This record gives sequence, C-alpha cells and structure tokens, in this order.
Amino acid sequence: MIYKTALYDEHVALGGKIVEFAGWELPVQYSGVIAEHDAVRNRVGVFDVSHMGEFKVSGENAEAQINALVTNDVRGMYDGQARYSLLPNESGGAVDDILIYRENEKLFWIVVNAANTEKDFAWITSHAKMKDVVIKNVSNKVSEFAVQGPKAIDVLKKLVKSEDDIPQKYYSAKGPLYLKSGAFAYISRTGYTGEDGFELYIKNENAVKTFRDILDAGEEFGILPCGLGARDVLRLEAAMPLYGHELSDTIPVDEVGLGFAIKLFKDVDFVGKKAITDHIPEYERIGAFVEKGIAREGSEVYFNDIKVGYVTSGTHSPLLGRGICMIRIKKGYKDKELEVDIRGRRSKLEITPLPFYKRQK
Amino acid sequence: MAKLFTNTHEWAEVDGKNVKVGISNYAASELGDIVFVSLPSVGDKVSYGESFMEVESVKSVAEINAPVNGKIIAVNEELDAAPELINQDAEGTWIAEIELDGDVPADLMTKEDYEKTL
Repeated sequence: MIYKTALYDEHVALGGKIVEFAGWELPVQYSGVIAEHDAVRNRVGVFDVSHMGEFKVSGENAEAQINALVTNDVRGMYDGQARYSLLPNESGGAVDDILIYRENEKLFWIVVNAANTEKDFAWITSHAKMKDVVIKNVSNKVSEFAVQGPKAIDVLKKLVKSEDDIPQKYYSAKGPLYLKSGAFAYISRTGYTGEDGFELYIKNENAVKTFRDILDAGEEFGILPCGLGARDVLRLEAAMPLYGHELSDTIPVDEVGLGFAIKLFKDVDFVGKKAITDHIPEYERIGAFVEKGIAREGSEVYFNDIKVGYVTSGTHSPLLGRGICMIRIKKGYKDKELEVDIRGRRSKLEITPLPFYKRQK
Repeated sequence: MAKLFTNTHEWAEVDGKNVKVGISNYAASELGDIVFVSLPSVGDKVSYGESFMEVESVKSVAEINAPVNGKIIAVNEELDAAPELINQDAEGTWIAEIELDGDVPADLMTKEDYEKTL
C-alpha cells in the first residue's frame, strides 16, 4: 500500500518530482534541492510532512504512562510544551525518536516517523499497561506542514488571527486554535532544518487551503515549496539524527550523542532503562568533511586498514560547498587520520564538531 | 559539429580522432543539481558502453558511460570548481575528451532520434 497525502495533487501541479518515501508518495524536489535549501536558509520554505504519524494519549495517567515508555522525562512540562525523546526497546535500541507535546495534564500528543507509525503504535499500545489511558492513532486524519526559515514568522503572522497565537519559545506550541482562514490548527515552533520555524498540524479537510494560504502569504518573502531532498540536506547540516540512519532498533541509544534526551536518573522505571544503564558505549556519532567527493550512507570508514565505522548519512552541503557526513565510529578513533571508501576510492576525512551549521540567533 | 547520443544519455562530438563527451540536457534535468564531478584521469583507457566516471547530484550518483572506445586525452577542469555548468547547459559543456580507437559505434543516434526515445 502506498499512501498519498492530502496535498498530492498540489505537489504534482507545482511541478514536484514524486518519489516513494516510507510508503508515501511525496515530492523529492520542486525547483531543485539547492534553490529550496537556499530558500529555507535565507528566506522561507514550506514542506508537506503529513506522512508523519500522530498519536493522542489522554486520561488521568497519560503523563505517567508516557514516562514509563520514553527516555526523556515528561513530568513538569507546561501546557503547550514540546519535548524530544527516544522511544527505547528492551535492549536499549530505539523503536523510534519522537516528539511529545503536552496540551494539558491529561492530554499529550506523540509525533512519530512515518515509516514507524504502525510499529510504534503497536509497540506503545502493547507496552502501555496503566489504567485510565486512551491511546489513539490519528495519523490519517492529520496533515502537517513545516514552514521553516528566517521569514517563517512573518508568514505565520499573516495566517493567524492574533500574534498571541504564535508560540514564542522554540519547542513550544499554541492551540488548538482557528487560523484566519477558519482552519483548525495546532501550531508548534519546531522543525527539522536548523532554522527558526513552525510546524502546523491541520485537519486533512483544511490541508489544501492552508497549504495554498502559506504559499500566498510567503510570496512576498520568496517562499518556495520544498521537497524531501532539501529536507535531508538541511537536517544533515544541522546534524539532526534520522531514524534508520543514525538510529535503529539495534544501535544503542547512548551511542548517538543524544544524552540530553536520556534521563537515566529519573526516578521512574521505563522500558529499556536497565539495558541503557548497564551499557558501556562502544561507538559514537561524529561529523566529518570529505576531502574529495560525497560519502554516502553505508560508506566504510578506515584508520589505515582497520574498518572503524561507517557513514550513517552523507551529502553535499550547499552551504559549505563540500561533502559532509555523520559517522558511527568506534570510540578512540575520532582523533586519528581517517579515510572513507567511496566506491573503491579512498578520500580523507576531516573531523569537525557537530552540527555543521548552527543558525545565528 | 553535430552531436551523437547514446541510449544511456551521453553525447559525443566527433572531430576526426578527437571526441568530446558530455551528458544530455535530459540527463542533467533528471539528475537535478549536480554538485560533484569525479573526472577521469588523462591516459585512462575507456570502452564503449562502460562506465568511466561519475557525476553526483545532491541525492544520487550517476555513472557516465564512454560513447566510444579510446583513451582520455583531456578533462574539463572547470567542472571541479563549477559542476553546476552542466545543469546550466549540459549539451554545451564537455566533460572529457577521448582519442578515438577504431570507429564511432554504429548505434549512436542523432539528436532527433535520441529525443524520440525519451
């Protein structure tokens, strides 16, 4: 089964080059990856990310139940706060990485990766043992758009009824509320590009209208519709992990540099806590520039003739004008002279602190 | 000089024994933004229909096949710094020059015939 988002016909009409991704037909690009990347870094771009999955977790024990499943601590969040977390399995790998929103003390939302929606829902419902919790998969009712870039806020201002409807802090949200158009929305100041920006959760029936409204509102700022190609380059420059690349069922969550989201000292037991606590990391995630060429996912990394790691994500950075990659490497090797094998040819790696790009605030 | 095309989207411009090689406008537009050209080395032997170099777009790698048999005698070093020249004008941007060994393969197509295959 291949899914289409509510925007499918819009993407085709806008000249989007459609590919299959995580079981969905989505545009990999419209005008071109470099132009779209440039729009987001310097102006504003809009992405259809309706393939993401959304679960509604409600009830008296919603918070406690989520806390028993995730590595982060969801206690003490304010209404409208968002928090990133890993969803670990019993052996300390990741079922997924997720975003958790608290709408109120008895209502939380979990946003999951498209490819994992069914797996995650099965996992969460089979491991949620507490009473008075209702977990619903509402993914096929919800569209999601990411409006990203320094001008994203100016676009948002034209869509909302009042500036009070715009979340002020990064990782916070406003809503549910009605946009000027009458569309029902939940507005979150989050994203996957390394820029300031917003993610709007919208009912499918308002999706096409809202997407057009965003493009119209953004026209004066040079907005471009952006595809998966630009999204991947942007998140890689910002060194954000992507499930299936930096994270997987078998990669221990404590080997990915996401310690900020792993609260081993929270006084609550959670699935995988023992495995993570007992585990001694053998690998780490590092970033590197490639001297010549582009090291893609799966390229092997060598110290002399010893294979010490592999590229988990790699691309050409339009911003930096060179090949960048994230590497899963055995601890103790990151300060050595490393090379990457690109289809039989060795290229030198220059290790650099992550992220490759951090926006100036 | 008229260009001849392969069914794998390369073009060849034959001038006596010297053959300039590039990729078609169609190939460049399908690849999207080209960000790296891995040029062959002068002196490399190449065989008709076999990969002898690569061009990379942000998302993918494409192998370029030699449109004739021969030996590389020159490469367009401008592409090291400006691979986007191929996107700007693929059929006006040569990538490598081959010294022809033997005849031009008979199944190369005129531009008109090539475009009918797209």
